[in-house]
Amino acid sequence: MSLKKKISMTVNGNLVNAEVEPRRHLVDFLREDLHLKGPHLGCEQGACGACTVKVDGQIIRGCLYLAVQADGCVVETVEGLTKSGVLADLQESFMRHNAMQCGFCSSGMLLAAAELIEKQPKANREEVREWISGNYCRCTGYHSIVDAIVDVLDARAKGQKIKPVSAHA
Amino acid sequence: MKAAAFDYVKPKALSDALSLLKQGGDDARLIAGGQTLLATLNMRLSEPSVLIDITDVEELKGISVIGDQLRIGALVTHTEIEDSDLVAKHAPLLKAAAPHIAHRAIRNLGTWGGSLAYGDPAAEWPACSLALQATMVIHGPAGERKVSAKDFFIDLYTTALESDEILVATEIPLAPSNQVFYFHELARRHGDYAVAGLAAVAQKDGNILNNCAFTFFSVSSTPVMAIAAQDLINGKTLNSELIAKAVNAVRDEIDAIADITNSAEAKKHLIGVLLERGLRHLVA
Repeated sequence: MSLKKKISMTVNGNLVNAEVEPRRHLVDFLREDLHLKGPHLGCEQGACGACTVKVDGQIIRGCLYLAVQADGCVVETVEGLTKSGVLADLQESFMRHNAMQCGFCSSGMLLAAAELIEKQPKANREEVREWISGNYCRCTGYHSIVDAIVDVLDARAKGQKIKPVSAHA
Repeated sequence: MKAAAFDYVKPKALSDALSLLKQGGDDARLIAGGQTLLATLNMRLSEPSVLIDITDVEELKGISVIGDQLRIGALVTHTEIEDSDLVAKHAPLLKAAAPHIAHRAIRNLGTWGGSLAYGDPAAEWPACSLALQATMVIHGPAGERKVSAKDFFIDLYTTALESDEILVATEIPLAPSNQVFYFHELARRHGDYAVAGLAAVAQKDGNILNNCAFTFFSVSSTPVMAIAAQDLINGKTLNSELIAKAVNAVRDEIDAIADITNSAEAKKHLIGVLLERGLRHLVA
């Protein structure tokens, strides 16, 4: 049975028109149809957070959201947010603290951390831990991830920017 | 895993959603936030033939004060409740509970109505709605009817909602100025379902609590009220002796059910721990 639906959305600033089966969730659509490999697919049941992307300005679980539901929405992935520079200081801080090992969870961690910094700019260490408890790091690198996020919160509170150690291409 | 194939429709009006639901019968499922449904579809625990996406239906949206009631539309997300000034003022228990619901990415989509209609006894909103004496506003083929939270949660994942009905909103009496509240859950990881949890409200006058509502969740097949403990506490000066009596009463009263990792005995113990902490917090 062919049940494809026409959808149209803005992904990382580009208008995308497509036809998808309703059962296709957003991360499969982004990865397989649009070849955006930044959002990762982990547990596919909402537990791990590797698939975190933004829809209409809010982080969501890409595996618990259908591509057809995103019809008419603005979708942003780590690729688009990296280009725009909004994640730059977080990414720099993650590198400084070596807040990644295999890197599988990193895109989801960065998006979750960015929303924390936006919504709770005064978050303390405990609140950072609570917030990112929804993102699994199976290398168990949580401590350095919390350090990296706390550093960005501190820097922003002082009106400072974490400057890159070296220039990136 | 991937979901089995299904069709998808997105009505704009409540009347259209209701007729689609009737048409679809047992093979149709409503989807709002979908934060439980999508996981069950991905695991093929559920294989509906059509999803009816109700997120465009205006009648189901928004938080407002109408007379002496706080009205929360079924489509209001957990995040909207967490961030709402109206909720903070008129139902502060809900604001305290919201951060315990899963994680922000899930709270951004998951809805108040979805959680209530699903009737998971481990979820926060069913217990809170019971503690706050909420009234469920339900629409079906015969029009509107209202059901109190007390009569709404019938059994495990079973509510008073009929298969052709939609939960439209919930009405909650505005919190009186002397209302005190306590929300706490014991979970293995912040955001996971609780091993045991307590949503409590009361009216406080010095060291005396009245109109107590202590609702435990994740311990039985529905959220449960600690009637005997409430009766013990109501109208008496709260001291250590009374708290100890209430803790014994609640452990006798509530018939805890074991889950996959926790025995009924452990849950019974935790119910008492939660009540003691709650009572000490309420009179602090």
